Amino acid sequence: MAITLNINGNDVSIDADPQMPLLWAIREKAGLSGTKFGCGIAQCGACTVIIDGSAVRSCNIPVASAVGRQLRTIEGVSENNDHPVQLAWQDLTVPQCGYCQSGQIMSAVALLERTPEPSDREIDQAMAGNICRCGTYPRIRAAIHRAAELAKA
Amino acid sequence: MNQMKFTRRNFLQVSATAAGAMVIGFHMPSKAMAQAEGSAGTEINAWLSIDANNIVSIATPQTEMGQGAFTSVPMMIAEELDVPWENVRHVFADANRHVNNENLYTTTSTGGSTTVSRRHPYMMQAGASARERLRQAAATRWGVPLDQVVAKQGVLSAGSNQGTYGEFAAEAAAITLEQEPAIKPYGDWWLLGTDVKRLDIPLKTNGSAVFATDVEVEGMVYAAVAACPVPEGKVVSFDFDAIKDMPGVIQAVELKQTKDTPTFTDLRSAVAVVAESWYQAKNALAAMPIVSDFGRGAAISNESQNAEALSLLAGTGVVLKDEEGNPGKGYDKGVNQDAVPGLLESATKLVVGEVYHRPFEAHATMMPPAAVADVKEDRVDVWTFTQDIGRSLNEVADQLGRDTTNVFLHQTYLGGGFGGGYNMDVHRQAAAISAAIGRPVKVIRSREEDIGGDSQRPPVWGTYKAALGDDGLPTALMTHFVGEEKMPNFARSSVANMPYIIPNRRHELSQVQSHVPIGYHRAPGANSNGFIIEQMVDELAQAGGWDPLDWRIKLTEGNEPWQRVLLAMKEKSGWTTDLGDGEGMGCAVVESHGTIAGCVATVSVSRRGQIFIDKLQYFLNSGYTINPLNAIEQAESSAIWELSHAMFGGLDLRDGRFVNTNFDSYQMLRMPDTPPVVEVQLVNSEDGWWGGLGEPAGPPTPPAIANAIFYASGTRIRTTPFTKATI
Repeated sequence: MAITLNINGNDVSIDADPQMPLLWAIREKAGLSGTKFGCGIAQCGACTVIIDGSAVRSCNIPVASAVGRQLRTIEGVSENNDHPVQLAWQDLTVPQCGYCQSGQIMSAVALLERTPEPSDREIDQAMAGNICRCGTYPRIRAAIHRAAELAKA
Repeated sequence: MNQMKFTRRNFLQVSATAAGAMVIGFHMPSKAMAQAEGSAGTEINAWLSIDANNIVSIATPQTEMGQGAFTSVPMMIAEELDVPWENVRHVFADANRHVNNENLYTTTSTGGSTTVSRRHPYMMQAGASARERLRQAAATRWGVPLDQVVAKQGVLSAGSNQGTYGEFAAEAAAITLEQEPAIKPYGDWWLLGTDVKRLDIPLKTNGSAVFATDVEVEGMVYAAVAACPVPEGKVVSFDFDAIKDMPGVIQAVELKQTKDTPTFTDLRSAVAVVAESWYQAKNALAAMPIVSDFGRGAAISNESQNAEALSLLAGTGVVLKDEEGNPGKGYDKGVNQDAVPGLLESATKLVVGEVYHRPFEAHATMMPPAAVADVKEDRVDVWTFTQDIGRSLNEVADQLGRDTTNVFLHQTYLGGGFGGGYNMDVHRQAAAISAAIGRPVKVIRSREEDIGGDSQRPPVWGTYKAALGDDGLPTALMTHFVGEEKMPNFARSSVANMPYIIPNRRHELSQVQSHVPIGYHRAPGANSNGFIIEQMVDELAQAGGWDPLDWRIKLTEGNEPWQRVLLAMKEKSGWTTDLGDGEGMGCAVVESHGTIAGCVATVSVSRRGQIFIDKLQYFLNSGYTINPLNAIEQAESSAIWELSHAMFGGLDLRDGRFVNTNFDSYQMLRMPDTPPVVEVQLVNSEDGWWGGLGEPAGPPTPPAIANAIFYASGTRIRTTPFTKATI
């Protein structure tokens, strides 16, 4: 059936089963491939998007649940790859294989919008749902602090 | 250390179709196009092209999985070519051209931490060769002697003559050098040895890096696959009629095993369901009745393997020769193996070790293995998860019975590799399914299918006995390890080639059999064996009344590369064995892939036995380092990789199948578990040898932590994961 999603500020009409997981609607129907599949059971965070300001795992919620809400994906973080989180990620050379990083960045963006100067403990809590098999956690932690500084400046 | 052979032909081969592999009439997804093979500009040799604006495009035959090949390879070539780094662009090397021109790039294999350590000679040669041909072209055009032409930072000059490389590229491409130039020695470098940010980083902060999962081809459908849940078992039958009316379902395809005993990348018995969407394919596959023949593997479990290993350890094993295991640095070749049993028998002070063990571990790359295949009558295109594009291209051709000239296998970024991209049949699956359904298809493994059917890092068991002399140092040592028979080298790494000077040593190996596929992994042997050997060392030091770090320094005396690491650990880590209750420092040092890596761990253990890792400090000696920034990133990465297994890993094999196959049950290290401090220092010898850097910081990590836990709590942990240990 026809479903309208608001993705990154644009209304996007797709034809999908309302029970289709949001992740696959974003990837296969809306054609936005930055949001990744990792586990399918909301355990790894590769599929993290922001819905109405909160970081959400998109792989096991139905597409219908996102209707009428503001959905943001990695493609909507900035036009020119220059959001403070992206700049901090580049500055501190965070990504390695990069596959989990869309989800990491979305979790970090949501954290900083809610908590502009997070403590290490707040970072640990907010980022606990995102696995990185390359082990970039120390750099992610430092980059979130750097992004907080950049956003303030 | 062996160096790969290369031939002059590799630098002379010039093709008018550098970008021609992706020819006319083929739809390429626009994002993948931006990250495509080949480039505009004039090709000087297969490795590099220069355009009119003096932009240099450098092709990398190795895959990029976060380890930095797409930056390291261009750096090595740009060093010799002598062009401004900001003018360098990275492009994917063309696998079709490689395979069909007698391995044009020598090798496309990516693993074993070798891209820099073993391949720098011919990559630097490619850059040097191009630079000399540019100089020759300028000398000819200007009519000046060759020795007057200077090539520097993209500009050729001789007296008042001056021009960019780009202006001479076409003439240079036509030149055959009489003699290939020598490559620059260490000390003459201007780019190598400096901190360079990896070129792929910006693509990985806005979601635009294209992985195999992201490739789209017009008319493409999706497939989910299921192999027999007991590896080496076979799918006997399935009931497609039961699911054919489910939403989006198109077809089921049986993937027939081609060999009785498939190795590595042979197609294994499986069934695929094809649908309009991947989640529809996965749901339908889960609902489809499948009958399997589990085979002999169904009788095997962690418990049965453990019992077998313990009984083997009670007997004797095969004695390892000196040279078995990783090529070592400073290994004492003079050890007396035969005297050891007698010396242990007559020892006045005998130390008898208990059994140590490491379990199965999966790669669990964040990107589940995936491939896209578009099989047409006259042409095959594949994008896949692989650490060797050339080999995978050959395998696709083999699978389909096609000539390699019409098979095009395109590089994408890898969402992690860790060896998993070697032991993989997902490209064969995609090709076989596309051929069967007559449409392009994208195969994505579910996480459960990935972990349950992965080529695992095998378990290892080990124990030891040692006789100590009056000075408390060992006079004789015997180790006995048990490994998996398919990859016996994994049970040898970092054992017989340990650096410690012990006059009489004997290393025995026994083997267990499992039906589980075993494959390359990130430092598979050194990670498991280092855990055992480096805790053994601490037990021996303690029994002999030695400080564990002083013991290691004493028993590597005169061995400069090891001393450099060990003395740095002692002098720069704040090393002490005198910490308060519940706190401890531990050390370990392991060589793997030619690099010596030391770790000092500082931990606290709560009264309830909870482990906190406060600090991990690393000291690495890889001889040379071409990009210290990337070296440190890789050290952090390999350290946390193995920290994750030590704290949380371990696959649970029951009745022949792995039962913890997703991240709810196969746990990974997460942000809250990450130590607050992870520091890496490079302490390079810089004296003529090259170690690899993708893996070596892993192996000393678990034993350093386990040793620290011992000093903090008095409990020695002899298996992983630590979270299951009772302290």
